[in-house]
Amino acid sequence: MSILIYAEQQNGKVAKSAKELASYAKAYADKTGQDVVAVGAGLEDADSLFQYGVSKVLNVNDETLKTFNAFAHAQMVAQAADQQGSGLILISDSNDAVYMGSILADKLEAGYVSHVIGLPEDGGNFTVKRKVFSNKGIAYTEVLSDKKLLRLAKNSFGIIENPVSGSVEDFKPEIDKSVYETYKITKVDKATGKVSLSDADIIVSAGRGLKGPENWGMIEELAEVLGAATACSKPVADIGWRPHTEHVGQTGKQVAPNLYIAIGISGAIQHLAGVNGSKNMLVINNDPEAPFFKAADYGVVGDAFEVVPNLIEKLKAFKNQ
Amino acid sequence: MRILFLMSSVPDTTSKINFTDNNTKFDESGIQYVINPHDEFGLTKAMQIKEKTGAELVVLNVGTAKTEPVIRKVLAIGADKAVRIDADPLDSYFTAVQIAHYINNHDEFDLIIAGKESLDYNGGMVHGLVAGMTGKHFINAVIGLELKDNNAVEVAREIDGGKEFIETSLPLIIGGQKGLVKEEELRIPNMRGIMMARKKPLEVLPAVEATVKTKIDKFEKPAPKGAIKLVDKDNLDQLIDLLHNEAKVI
Repeated sequence: MSILIYAEQQNGKVAKSAKELASYAKAYADKTGQDVVAVGAGLEDADSLFQYGVSKVLNVNDETLKTFNAFAHAQMVAQAADQQGSGLILISDSNDAVYMGSILADKLEAGYVSHVIGLPEDGGNFTVKRKVFSNKGIAYTEVLSDKKLLRLAKNSFGIIENPVSGSVEDFKPEIDKSVYETYKITKVDKATGKVSLSDADIIVSAGRGLKGPENWGMIEELAEVLGAATACSKPVADIGWRPHTEHVGQTGKQVAPNLYIAIGISGAIQHLAGVNGSKNMLVINNDPEAPFFKAADYGVVGDAFEVVPNLIEKLKAFKNQ
Repeated sequence: MRILFLMSSVPDTTSKINFTDNNTKFDESGIQYVINPHDEFGLTKAMQIKEKTGAELVVLNVGTAKTEPVIRKVLAIGADKAVRIDADPLDSYFTAVQIAHYINNHDEFDLIIAGKESLDYNGGMVHGLVAGMTGKHFINAVIGLELKDNNAVEVAREIDGGKEFIETSLPLIIGGQKGLVKEEELRIPNMRGIMMARKKPLEVLPAVEATVKTKIDKFEKPAPKGAIKLVDKDNLDQLIDLLHNEAKVI
């Protein structure tokens, strides 16, 4: 019996999320005497997954399938699950995987759980912890169906190396490719070069405390020093200081980096709803009463226009050691 | 043209989340319910299309009688009629079965608009399950939609790092979010709308028999955060030390 993971790629390289899925799958596989198999399309470095416990990669080399289409990829994963006899299938929470997930759940007739944050619990039935109420609660959710589909919350389990010997197979599923016509991609707008919010280990975010769009230079510089992505609060996206793609919050993006740095952001509940999956939060704000200080791990009370340039200098020195 | 708006009623964002009955149930006491924030963008888009094309707009909710005040807000914003399927939305699969049954047994809907995810149970899957059960086209994380001639529709979906434009055709189900319309365009009920809503039909239908594929055994609150470590602004070396050696993030 094997646990199946849906491995995504970026520019042909296995995505970070796939390594986290593999780590989770391997940990559970070891407990239950199973193997971990990965399925994906266009994985040029498929063998990199062996390092994380995957013993077989079903890699689709068909050119059409290298472009994501939720329906085509759902067919691909369903066929892999069928071929491998997998009862447990794992996907990430990327935009693509979330889109594909419910289509796949319907195909597999699988009980489907999202925002999963832990391995299945010990005990008789199959129960996992998941985040609910926008991260303000945890629900122990039992999956009652034979086939089970879990969508892992990003950065909740971690990436663990557990090397095994493995093989890569040229997987040739039967796919109805008319779905690429039904959903015809006419254009893709993607910011190249910049670190994307969904992948970033560190995010530098700023809000109204910066007083104007002309002051964002130091935010971008801090992000550059840290190799971080930039984000912002809703008010500054709404008034056009920053692009909407940077808006993090309840109706914006949900992020879960290792470190979220909030500068000149008070910490309204709607903002926290987007960032409380972060492993660590650092708040820099002039107002000691700012609600964010109650939610964060580290804080500096001070004028951002002094603290941030100072921090940039010190970080540059630190990185040069 | 017929538009179906799938509405979730969720606790307002500022609600305190607690559990009762030995942590097996969500504590509803004192909770204010609202239209799910992601749904609101889809509702405003539906109203814009309705005003442009004369489309009929129906709002559908799977819920107990407790959701009716929220459903009436949607009627007040301008939907023509409402349908409540009388059931507790036990899990996403159960809820999808109810919605799919309604869709499959009524006059065709050209556009079915849901929110990307409801902010209570954060499933984000009912819309796609309904698409599977009804055979209709489906696109998720929709941040733009333009109806074209001959049932064609151009949709923008959010992808990691940007957006993708897709051309497809009606009938279409979407999981919508902010971007479908701008924040400042969001409709709210006005007095006239509230008055008119009282005369609009709110049909209550029984649920069809369906199983569940998941169930919640118990809840808990996340572990409380430890006290924040405040660092003096003149001692940023200490901050870097904490981030490097303690948090291990740099």
